[in-house]
Amino acid sequence: MVDKVHVKTTINGQEYEFLVEPYMSLLETLRDVLNLTGTKEGCNDGNCGACTVEMNGRIVDSCCVLGAEVNGGTINTIEGMATAEGLHPLQQAFLEEAALQCGICTPGFLISAKSLLEREPDADEHRIRYWLAGNLCRCTGYDKIIKAVQKTQATA
Amino acid sequence: MHPFDYVAATSIAEVNSILAQHGNRARPLVGGTDLLVQLRGGRFDLDAVVDIKGVPEANVLELNGALKMGSAVPLAVMYEDQAVRDAYPGLIDCAELIGGIQIQSRASMAANLCNSTPSGDTICPMIVHSAQVNITGANGDRTVAVEDFCTGPGRNVLEDGEWVLDIVFPAPASGFGAAYERFIPRNEMDIAVAGAASSVTLDGSGKITDALVALASVGPTPVFVTAITDLLVGKEPTEENFVAAGKIAYDAVSPISDMRGTIEQRRHLSGVLTRRTLTKATERAKAG
Ligand SMILES: Cc1cc2nc3c(=O)[nH]c(=O)nc-3n(C[C@H](O)[C@H](O)[C@H](O)COP(=O)(O)OP(=O)(O)OC[C@H]3O[C@@H](n4cnc5c(N)ncnc54)[C@H](O)[C@@H]3O)c2cc1C
Ligand code: FES
Ligand code: FES
Repeated sequence: MVDKVHVKTTINGQEYEFLVEPYMSLLETLRDVLNLTGTKEGCNDGNCGACTVEMNGRIVDSCCVLGAEVNGGTINTIEGMATAEGLHPLQQAFLEEAALQCGICTPGFLISAKSLLEREPDADEHRIRYWLAGNLCRCTGYDKIIKAVQKTQATA
Repeated sequence: MHPFDYVAATSIAEVNSILAQHGNRARPLVGGTDLLVQLRGGRFDLDAVVDIKGVPEANVLELNGALKMGSAVPLAVMYEDQAVRDAYPGLIDCAELIGGIQIQSRASMAANLCNSTPSGDTICPMIVHSAQVNITGANGDRTVAVEDFCTGPGRNVLEDGEWVLDIVFPAPASGFGAAYERFIPRNEMDIAVAGAASSVTLDGSGKITDALVALASVGPTPVFVTAITDLLVGKEPTEENFVAAGKIAYDAVSPISDMRGTIEQRRHLSGVLTRRTLTKATERAKAG
Protein backbone atom coordinates (compact mmCIF):
# COMPACT_ATOMS: atom_id res chain seq x y z
CA MET A 1 0.00 0.00 0.00
CA VAL A 2 1.23 3.46 -0.83
CA ASP A 3 -0.34 6.71 0.24
CA LYS A 4 -1.71 9.26 -2.16
CA VAL A 5 0.35 12.38 -2.66
CA HIS A 6 -0.98 15.88 -2.13
CA VAL A 7 -0.29 18.10 -5.16
CA LYS A 8 -0.74 21.85 -5.64
CA THR A 9 -0.09 23.14 -9.11
CA THR A 10 -1.08 25.78 -11.64
CA ILE A 11 -2.67 24.45 -14.82
CA ASN A 12 -3.56 26.88 -17.60
CA GLY A 13 -3.30 29.74 -15.12
CA GLN A 14 -5.68 28.16 -12.63
CA GLU A 15 -4.74 26.76 -9.20
CA TYR A 16 -5.42 23.05 -8.68
CA GLU A 17 -5.10 21.03 -5.49
CA PHE A 18 -5.65 17.28 -5.53
CA LEU A 19 -4.55 13.85 -4.29
CA VAL A 20 -2.92 11.42 -6.69
CA GLU A 21 -1.46 7.92 -6.54
CA PRO A 22 2.34 8.37 -6.45
CA TYR A 23 2.84 6.00 -9.40
CA MET A 24 0.27 7.66 -11.67
CA SER A 25 1.60 9.48 -14.75
CA LEU A 26 0.86 13.14 -15.35
CA LEU A 27 -1.10 12.03 -18.40
CA GLU A 28 -3.38 9.81 -16.29
CA THR A 29 -3.58 12.53 -13.66
CA LEU A 30 -4.75 15.12 -16.17
CA ARG A 31 -7.23 12.82 -17.86
CA ASP A 32 -8.55 10.61 -15.06
CA VAL A 33 -8.16 12.74 -11.94
CA LEU A 34 -8.68 16.26 -13.28
CA ASN A 35 -10.91 15.45 -16.26
CA LEU A 36 -8.68 17.44 -18.59
CA THR A 37 -9.06 14.98 -21.44
CA GLY A 38 -7.77 17.23 -24.21
CA THR A 39 -4.31 15.74 -23.76
CA LYS A 40 -4.23 12.42 -25.61
CA GLU A 41 -2.57 9.06 -25.10
CA GLY A 42 -0.94 7.44 -28.11
CA CYS A 43 1.87 5.10 -27.12
CA ASN A 44 2.21 5.67 -23.36
CA ASP A 45 5.98 5.21 -23.68
CA GLY A 46 7.50 8.51 -24.80
CA ASN A 47 7.56 7.92 -28.54
CA CYS A 48 4.55 9.65 -30.07
CA GLY A 49 4.19 13.05 -28.36
CA ALA A 50 0.37 12.92 -28.34
CA CYS A 51 0.55 13.56 -24.59
CA THR A 52 2.78 16.65 -24.89
CA VAL A 53 2.17 19.39 -22.33
CA GLU A 54 4.28 22.33 -21.26
CA MET A 55 5.76 21.88 -17.79
CA ASN A 56 7.69 24.70 -16.13
CA GLY A 57 8.34 26.30 -19.52
CA ARG A 58 9.45 23.19 -21.42
CA ILE A 59 7.52 20.65 -23.46
CA VAL A 60 7.45 17.14 -22.03
CA ASP A 61 5.70 13.84 -22.72
CA SER A 62 3.19 13.72 -19.86
CA CYS A 63 3.17 9.91 -20.00
CA CYS A 64 6.83 10.01 -18.87
CA VAL A 65 6.17 12.34 -15.92
CA LEU A 66 4.56 11.40 -12.61
CA GLY A 67 1.54 13.43 -11.54
CA ALA A 68 3.23 13.88 -8.16
CA GLU A 69 6.19 15.58 -9.85
CA VAL A 70 4.19 18.68 -10.80
CA ASN A 71 3.69 19.78 -7.19
CA GLY A 72 4.59 23.47 -7.10
CA GLY A 73 4.93 23.58 -10.89
CA THR A 74 3.20 25.21 -13.81
CA ILE A 75 1.48 23.19 -16.53
CA ASN A 76 -0.04 24.35 -19.80
CA THR A 77 -2.29 21.99 -21.74
CA ILE A 78 -4.39 22.21 -24.88
CA GLU A 79 -7.40 23.33 -22.79
CA GLY A 80 -5.57 26.61 -22.15
CA MET A 81 -4.81 27.41 -25.77
CA ALA A 82 -8.01 28.99 -27.06
CA THR A 83 -9.30 32.05 -25.20
CA ALA A 84 -12.73 33.62 -24.84
CA GLU A 85 -11.78 35.75 -27.86
CA GLY A 86 -11.28 32.72 -30.07
CA LEU A 87 -8.87 30.08 -31.26
CA HIS A 88 -5.11 30.45 -30.95
CA PRO A 89 -3.61 31.41 -34.35
CA LEU A 90 -2.00 27.96 -34.58
CA GLN A 91 -5.36 26.25 -34.05
CA GLN A 92 -6.89 28.47 -36.73
CA ALA A 93 -4.06 27.66 -39.16
CA PHE A 94 -4.37 23.90 -38.46
CA LEU A 95 -8.06 24.15 -39.43
CA GLU A 96 -7.41 26.20 -42.56
CA GLU A 97 -4.55 23.99 -43.74
CA ALA A 98 -6.40 20.73 -42.91
CA ALA A 99 -3.46 19.77 -40.69
CA LEU A 100 -5.47 17.08 -38.91
CA GLN A 101 -7.54 14.05 -39.73
CA CYS A 102 -8.29 11.77 -36.77
CA GLY A 103 -6.99 14.49 -34.43
CA ILE A 104 -5.33 12.29 -31.83
CA CYS A 105 -1.92 13.86 -32.44
CA THR A 106 -3.24 17.43 -32.75
CA PRO A 107 -3.17 18.65 -29.12
CA GLY A 108 0.43 17.47 -28.83
CA PHE A 109 1.48 19.13 -32.09
CA LEU A 110 -0.21 22.38 -31.08
CA ILE A 111 1.50 22.51 -27.68
CA SER A 112 4.89 21.70 -29.24
CA ALA A 113 4.49 24.21 -32.08
CA LYS A 114 3.33 26.94 -29.69
CA SER A 115 6.41 26.43 -27.55
CA LEU A 116 8.66 26.65 -30.62
CA LEU A 117 7.08 29.84 -31.96
CA GLU A 118 7.29 31.49 -28.55
CA ARG A 119 11.00 30.67 -28.33
CA GLU A 120 11.97 31.01 -31.98
CA PRO A 121 9.34 32.95 -33.95
CA ASP A 122 11.50 32.81 -37.11
CA ALA A 123 12.30 29.10 -37.04
CA ASP A 124 12.90 27.83 -40.59
CA GLU A 125 11.33 24.69 -42.05
CA HIS A 126 14.26 22.49 -41.05
CA ARG A 127 14.07 23.74 -37.47
CA ILE A 128 10.29 23.28 -37.34
CA ARG A 129 10.61 19.70 -38.55
CA TYR A 130 13.38 18.98 -36.02
CA TRP A 131 11.41 20.54 -33.16
CA LEU A 132 8.32 18.49 -34.06
CA ALA A 133 10.23 15.22 -34.53
CA GLY A 134 8.97 14.04 -31.12
CA ASN A 135 5.37 14.28 -32.35
CA LEU A 136 4.10 11.51 -34.61
CA CYS A 137 1.10 11.67 -36.94
CA ARG A 138 -0.29 8.59 -38.66
CA CYS A 139 -2.73 10.50 -40.87
CA THR A 140 -1.54 13.73 -42.43
CA GLY A 141 1.95 12.96 -43.70
CA TYR A 142 3.30 16.00 -41.78
CA ASP A 143 3.50 18.47 -44.68
CA LYS A 144 0.18 20.08 -43.83
CA ILE A 145 1.21 20.44 -40.20
CA ILE A 146 4.46 22.16 -41.20
CA LYS A 147 2.53 24.44 -43.59
CA ALA A 148 0.12 25.38 -40.82
CA VAL A 149 2.99 26.35 -38.53
CA GLN A 150 4.57 28.41 -41.32
CA LYS A 151 1.26 30.09 -42.06
CA THR A 152 1.01 31.07 -38.40
CA GLN A 153 4.48 32.60 -38.62
CA ALA A 154 3.54 34.51 -41.75
CA THR A 155 0.38 35.99 -40.24
CA ALA A 156 1.92 36.78 -36.84
CA MET B 1 2.30 -2.02 -12.39
CA HIS B 2 3.47 -2.57 -8.82
CA PRO B 3 2.54 0.54 -6.77
CA PHE B 4 5.54 2.59 -5.67
CA ASP B 5 6.05 5.65 -3.48
CA TYR B 6 7.35 8.92 -4.83
CA VAL B 7 9.81 10.96 -2.80
CA ALA B 8 10.86 14.43 -3.94
CA ALA B 9 14.25 14.61 -2.24
CA THR B 10 15.81 17.99 -1.53
CA SER B 11 19.22 16.92 -0.18
CA ILE B 12 21.93 14.34 -0.79
CA ALA B 13 21.34 12.93 2.70
CA GLU B 14 17.66 12.37 1.93
CA VAL B 15 18.44 10.47 -1.29
CA ASN B 16 21.03 8.39 0.58
CA SER B 17 18.61 7.51 3.33
CA ILE B 18 15.77 6.44 0.99
CA LEU B 19 18.11 4.34 -1.14
CA ALA B 20 19.69 2.78 1.97
CA GLN B 21 16.27 1.98 3.38
CA HIS B 22 14.98 0.22 0.23
CA GLY B 23 18.12 -1.44 -1.18
CA ASN B 24 17.45 -2.45 -4.77
CA ARG B 25 13.71 -1.71 -4.36
CA ALA B 26 14.27 2.05 -4.88
CA ARG B 27 15.91 4.00 -7.69
CA PRO B 28 16.63 7.63 -8.51
CA LEU B 29 14.33 9.40 -10.96
CA VAL B 30 15.44 12.18 -13.29
CA GLY B 31 13.60 12.45 -16.61
CA GLY B 32 11.76 9.16 -16.23
CA THR B 33 12.11 8.52 -19.97
CA ASP B 34 13.69 5.15 -19.24
CA LEU B 35 12.57 4.44 -15.69
CA LEU B 36 8.81 5.07 -15.98
CA VAL B 37 8.62 3.25 -19.31
CA GLN B 38 10.47 0.26 -17.86
CA LEU B 39 8.32 0.16 -14.72
CA ARG B 40 5.16 0.35 -16.78
CA GLY B 41 6.46 -2.38 -19.06
CA GLY B 42 6.98 -4.66 -16.05
CA ARG B 43 10.77 -4.90 -16.56
CA PHE B 44 11.17 -4.74 -12.75
CA ASP B 45 9.24 -3.58 -9.68
CA LEU B 46 10.14 -0.86 -7.20
CA ASP B 47 8.75 0.21 -3.84
CA ALA B 48 9.94 3.81 -4.24
CA VAL B 49 11.38 6.25 -6.73
CA VAL B 50 13.49 9.14 -5.45
CA ASP B 51 13.22 12.28 -7.53
CA ILE B 52 16.68 13.88 -7.35
CA LYS B 53 15.78 16.98 -9.41
CA GLY B 54 15.26 18.98 -6.20
CA VAL B 55 18.78 18.25 -4.91
CA PRO B 56 20.84 21.42 -5.52
CA GLU B 57 24.16 19.56 -6.04
CA ALA B 58 22.57 17.40 -8.75
CA ASN B 59 21.57 20.52 -10.69
CA VAL B 60 24.99 22.12 -10.92
CA LEU B 61 26.22 23.06 -14.40
CA GLU B 62 29.53 24.71 -13.75
CA LEU B 63 32.10 25.54 -16.39
CA ASN B 64 35.30 26.63 -14.74
CA GLY B 65 38.00 25.27 -17.02
CA ALA B 66 36.60 21.82 -16.28
CA LEU B 67 32.87 21.15 -16.59
CA LYS B 68 30.91 19.79 -13.65
CA MET B 69 27.49 18.51 -14.68
CA GLY B 70 25.00 17.49 -12.01
CA SER B 71 23.23 14.19 -12.61
CA ALA B 72 19.80 15.86 -12.88
CA VAL B 73 20.73 18.51 -15.50
CA PRO B 74 18.48 17.99 -18.53
CA LEU B 75 20.14 17.67 -21.93
CA ALA B 76 18.33 20.81 -23.14
CA VAL B 77 19.62 22.93 -20.26
CA MET B 78 23.13 21.78 -21.03
CA TYR B 79 23.00 22.36 -24.80
CA GLU B 80 21.28 25.75 -24.46
CA ASP B 81 24.28 27.00 -22.44
CA GLN B 82 26.41 28.87 -24.98
CA ALA B 83 29.68 28.55 -23.02
CA VAL B 84 29.20 24.77 -22.74
CA ARG B 85 28.36 24.57 -26.46
CA ASP B 86 31.56 26.41 -27.34
CA ALA B 87 33.78 24.34 -25.06
CA TYR B 88 32.34 20.85 -25.69
CA PRO B 89 30.87 20.52 -29.22
CA GLY B 90 31.51 16.77 -29.02
CA LEU B 91 29.03 16.52 -26.13
CA ILE B 92 26.48 18.71 -27.88
CA ASP B 93 26.58 16.25 -30.83
CA CYS B 94 25.02 13.51 -28.71
CA ALA B 95 22.74 15.66 -26.51
CA GLU B 96 20.92 17.07 -29.54
CA LEU B 97 20.18 13.72 -31.13
CA ILE B 98 18.61 11.91 -28.19
CA GLY B 99 14.85 11.48 -28.61
CA GLY B 100 12.92 14.63 -29.49
CA ILE B 101 12.65 17.98 -27.69
CA GLN B 102 10.24 16.47 -25.14
CA ILE B 103 12.83 13.86 -24.15
CA GLN B 104 15.74 16.32 -24.21
CA SER B 105 13.80 18.64 -21.89
CA ARG B 106 13.80 15.99 -19.16
CA ALA B 107 16.52 13.40 -19.70
CA SER B 108 20.02 13.79 -18.27
CA MET B 109 23.41 12.46 -19.40
CA ALA B 110 24.04 10.81 -16.03
CA ALA B 111 20.73 8.94 -16.25
CA ASN B 112 21.60 7.81 -19.79
CA LEU B 113 24.85 6.46 -18.32
CA CYS B 114 23.07 4.83 -15.36
CA ASN B 115 20.61 3.14 -17.70
CA SER B 116 23.76 1.57 -19.17
CA THR B 117 22.48 0.32 -22.52
CA PRO B 118 25.26 -0.24 -25.07
CA SER B 119 23.32 2.10 -27.41
CA GLY B 120 23.26 4.97 -24.88
CA ASP B 121 24.29 7.93 -27.04
CA THR B 122 26.00 9.99 -24.33
CA ILE B 123 28.28 7.29 -22.95
CA CYS B 124 30.90 7.06 -25.72
CA PRO B 125 31.21 10.87 -26.02
CA MET B 126 31.79 11.03 -22.25
CA ILE B 127 34.48 8.32 -22.52
CA VAL B 128 36.46 10.21 -25.17
CA HIS B 129 36.25 13.35 -23.02
CA SER B 130 37.89 11.33 -20.18
CA ALA B 131 34.94 12.11 -17.91
CA GLN B 132 34.89 11.00 -14.28
CA VAL B 133 31.72 9.89 -12.49
CA ASN B 134 31.28 11.00 -8.87
CA ILE B 135 29.29 8.38 -6.99
CA THR B 136 27.80 8.91 -3.56
CA GLY B 137 25.73 6.93 -1.05
CA ALA B 138 25.25 6.24 2.63
CA ASN B 139 28.55 4.32 2.71
CA GLY B 140 30.65 7.13 1.23
CA ASP B 141 31.87 8.59 -2.03
CA ARG B 142 34.00 7.23 -4.87
CA THR B 143 34.98 8.27 -8.38
CA VAL B 144 34.96 5.99 -11.42
CA ALA B 145 36.06 6.73 -15.00
CA VAL B 146 33.12 6.57 -17.44
CA GLU B 147 34.83 3.79 -19.42
CA ASP B 148 34.81 1.60 -16.30
CA PHE B 149 31.19 2.33 -15.37
CA CYS B 150 29.13 -0.05 -17.53
CA THR B 151 29.55 -3.77 -16.87
CA GLY B 152 26.92 -5.29 -19.17
CA PRO B 153 23.65 -4.44 -20.92
CA GLY B 154 21.70 -2.45 -18.31
CA ARG B 155 24.34 -3.18 -15.67
CA ASN B 156 26.96 -0.95 -14.04
CA VAL B 157 29.28 -0.61 -11.06
CA LEU B 158 26.69 1.05 -8.77
CA GLU B 159 26.05 -0.96 -5.60
CA ASP B 160 22.68 -0.88 -3.84
CA GLY B 161 22.33 2.49 -2.17
CA GLU B 162 24.80 4.23 -4.49
CA TRP B 163 23.89 6.90 -7.01
CA VAL B 164 25.64 9.34 -9.31
CA LEU B 165 25.93 12.87 -8.00
CA ASP B 166 27.72 14.50 -10.93
CA ILE B 167 30.08 13.97 -13.84
CA VAL B 168 33.25 16.00 -14.32
CA PHE B 169 34.79 16.68 -17.73
CA PRO B 170 38.41 17.86 -17.68
CA ALA B 171 39.11 21.20 -19.34
CA PRO B 172 39.76 20.55 -23.04
CA ALA B 173 43.54 20.75 -23.66
CA SER B 174 44.65 23.17 -26.35
CA GLY B 175 44.51 21.32 -29.66
CA PHE B 176 41.65 19.07 -28.41
CA GLY B 177 38.60 18.25 -30.53
CA ALA B 178 35.84 15.65 -30.26
CA ALA B 179 32.84 14.42 -32.24
CA TYR B 180 30.02 11.85 -32.07
CA GLU B 181 28.00 10.33 -34.90
CA ARG B 182 25.53 7.48 -34.99
CA PHE B 183 23.82 5.60 -37.77
CA ILE B 184 20.02 5.28 -37.65
CA PRO B 185 17.64 4.44 -40.50
CA ARG B 186 15.49 7.53 -39.76
CA ASN B 187 16.54 11.18 -39.38
CA GLU B 188 15.51 11.47 -35.74
CA MET B 189 13.98 9.50 -32.88
CA ASP B 190 15.63 6.10 -33.17
CA ILE B 191 18.15 3.90 -31.41
CA ALA B 192 21.67 3.73 -32.81
CA VAL B 193 22.49 0.77 -35.08
CA ALA B 194 26.05 1.83 -34.31
CA GLY B 195 27.70 5.00 -33.03
CA ALA B 196 31.24 6.30 -32.66
CA ALA B 197 32.80 9.01 -30.52
CA SER B 198 36.32 10.23 -31.15
CA SER B 199 38.60 12.80 -29.60
CA VAL B 200 41.93 13.98 -30.93
CA THR B 201 44.62 16.15 -29.35
CA LEU B 202 47.19 17.76 -31.66
CA ASP B 203 50.50 19.36 -30.69
CA GLY B 204 51.83 22.63 -32.16
CA SER B 205 53.25 20.84 -35.21
CA GLY B 206 49.92 19.12 -35.92
CA LYS B 207 50.95 15.64 -34.72
CA ILE B 208 48.54 13.53 -32.68
CA THR B 209 49.43 13.43 -28.97
CA ASP B 210 46.26 11.63 -27.94
CA ALA B 211 43.33 9.96 -29.71
CA LEU B 212 40.41 8.23 -27.98
CA VAL B 213 37.68 6.23 -29.74
CA ALA B 214 34.62 4.57 -28.19
CA LEU B 215 31.84 2.73 -30.03
CA ALA B 216 28.14 2.37 -29.20
CA SER B 217 25.70 -0.46 -29.91
CA VAL B 218 28.39 -2.89 -31.01
CA GLY B 219 28.99 -4.91 -27.84
CA PRO B 220 27.48 -5.66 -24.42
CA THR B 221 28.90 -2.35 -23.14
CA PRO B 222 30.26 0.72 -24.93
CA VAL B 223 33.55 -0.39 -26.53
CA PHE B 224 36.61 1.75 -25.72
CA VAL B 225 39.19 0.87 -28.40
CA THR B 226 42.56 1.65 -26.81
CA ALA B 227 44.41 -0.05 -29.69
CA ILE B 228 43.43 2.98 -31.80
CA THR B 229 45.15 5.27 -29.29
CA ASP B 230 48.29 3.14 -29.57
CA LEU B 231 48.13 3.31 -33.36
CA LEU B 232 47.58 7.05 -33.69
CA VAL B 233 49.74 8.68 -31.01
CA GLY B 234 52.78 10.28 -32.62
CA LYS B 235 51.26 10.11 -36.11
CA GLU B 236 49.81 12.71 -38.46
CA PRO B 237 46.01 13.06 -38.63
CA THR B 238 45.81 11.77 -42.20
CA GLU B 239 42.99 10.00 -44.03
CA GLU B 240 45.24 6.94 -44.36
CA ASN B 241 45.84 6.71 -40.61
CA PHE B 242 42.14 7.18 -39.88
CA VAL B 243 41.23 4.40 -42.32
CA ALA B 244 43.69 2.18 -40.44
CA ALA B 245 41.98 3.19 -37.18
CA GLY B 246 38.64 2.23 -38.74
CA LYS B 247 40.04 -1.24 -39.54
CA ILE B 248 40.99 -1.67 -35.88
CA ALA B 249 37.46 -0.64 -34.87
CA TYR B 250 36.01 -3.18 -37.33
CA ASP B 251 37.94 -5.95 -35.60
CA ALA B 252 37.56 -4.69 -32.02
CA VAL B 253 33.78 -4.75 -31.79
CA SER B 254 31.57 -7.72 -30.92
CA PRO B 255 28.10 -6.80 -32.17
CA ILE B 256 24.99 -8.94 -32.38
CA SER B 257 22.44 -9.18 -35.18
CA ASP B 258 18.97 -7.93 -34.33
CA MET B 259 16.06 -6.13 -35.97
CA ARG B 260 18.14 -2.94 -36.26
CA GLY B 261 21.15 -4.37 -38.01
CA THR B 262 23.39 -7.33 -38.70
CA ILE B 263 26.81 -8.14 -37.28
CA GLU B 264 28.49 -7.34 -40.59
CA GLN B 265 26.65 -4.01 -41.00
CA ARG B 266 27.58 -2.99 -37.47
CA ARG B 267 31.26 -3.87 -37.99
CA HIS B 268 31.27 -1.92 -41.23
CA LEU B 269 29.59 1.07 -39.55
CA SER B 270 32.09 0.96 -36.69
CA GLY B 271 34.91 1.42 -39.19
CA VAL B 272 33.20 4.15 -41.18
CA LEU B 273 32.01 6.13 -38.15
CA THR B 274 35.43 5.85 -36.50
CA ARG B 275 37.08 7.38 -39.57
CA ARG B 276 34.42 10.10 -39.88
CA THR B 277 34.45 11.14 -36.25
CA LEU B 278 38.26 11.16 -36.11
CA THR B 279 38.20 13.47 -39.13
CA LYS B 280 35.59 15.77 -37.58
CA ALA B 281 37.39 15.77 -34.21
CA THR B 282 40.58 16.78 -36.02
CA GLU B 283 38.81 19.67 -37.77
CA ARG B 284 37.55 20.85 -34.40
CA ALA B 285 40.99 20.39 -32.83
CA LYS B 286 42.50 22.60 -35.52
CA ALA B 287 39.74 25.22 -35.26
CA GLY B 288 39.75 25.33 -31.46
C1 LIG C 1 11.10 8.31 -27.39
C2 LIG C 1 12.43 8.03 -26.76
C3 LIG C 1 13.57 8.24 -27.49
C4 LIG C 1 14.82 7.99 -26.93
N1 LIG C 1 15.92 8.21 -27.70
C5 LIG C 1 17.14 7.93 -27.19
C6 LIG C 1 18.29 8.13 -28.00
O1 LIG C 1 18.22 8.58 -29.14
N2 LIG C 1 19.50 7.80 -27.46
C7 LIG C 1 19.62 7.32 -26.18
O2 LIG C 1 20.73 7.06 -25.75
N3 LIG C 1 18.53 7.12 -25.41
C8 LIG C 1 17.31 7.42 -25.88
N4 LIG C 1 16.20 7.21 -25.10
C9 LIG C 1 16.35 6.66 -23.75
C10 LIG C 1 16.37 7.74 -22.63
O3 LIG C 1 15.66 8.88 -23.01
C11 LIG C 1 17.80 8.15 -22.26
O4 LIG C 1 18.50 7.01 -21.80
C12 LIG C 1 17.83 9.26 -21.21
O5 LIG C 1 19.11 9.84 -21.15
C13 LIG C 1 17.44 8.79 -19.82
O6 LIG C 1 17.44 9.92 -18.97
P1 LIG C 1 16.27 10.16 -17.91
O7 LIG C 1 16.72 11.33 -17.11
O8 LIG C 1 14.97 10.22 -18.52
O9 LIG C 1 16.43 8.82 -17.06
P2 LIG C 1 15.50 8.12 -15.98
O10 LIG C 1 14.46 7.32 -16.65
O11 LIG C 1 15.08 9.09 -14.95
O12 LIG C 1 16.60 7.15 -15.34
C14 LIG C 1 17.22 6.12 -16.11
C15 LIG C 1 17.85 5.08 -15.21
O13 LIG C 1 18.98 5.62 -14.54
C16 LIG C 1 18.77 5.60 -13.13
N5 LIG C 1 19.31 6.85 -12.63
C17 LIG C 1 18.93 8.10 -13.02
N6 LIG C 1 19.69 9.02 -12.41
C18 LIG C 1 20.54 8.34 -11.62
C19 LIG C 1 21.57 8.76 -10.73
N7 LIG C 1 21.88 10.04 -10.56
N8 LIG C 1 22.28 7.80 -10.07
C20 LIG C 1 21.98 6.49 -10.26
N9 LIG C 1 21.01 6.04 -11.08
C21 LIG C 1 20.30 6.96 -11.76
C22 LIG C 1 17.29 5.45 -12.93
O14 LIG C 1 16.98 4.89 -11.67
C23 LIG C 1 16.92 4.58 -14.10
O15 LIG C 1 17.23 3.24 -13.81
C24 LIG C 1 14.92 7.48 -25.62
C25 LIG C 1 13.77 7.29 -24.86
C26 LIG C 1 12.52 7.55 -25.41
C27 LIG C 1 11.29 7.34 -24.58
S1 FES D 1 1.48 8.89 -25.17
FE1 FES D 1 3.15 9.94 -24.32
S2 FES D 1 4.55 9.98 -25.93
FE2 FES D 1 2.98 8.73 -26.72
S1 FES E 1 -4.32 13.39 -37.49
FE1 FES E 1 -4.44 11.29 -37.00
S2 FES E 1 -2.52 10.94 -36.04
FE2 FES E 1 -2.32 12.95 -36.74
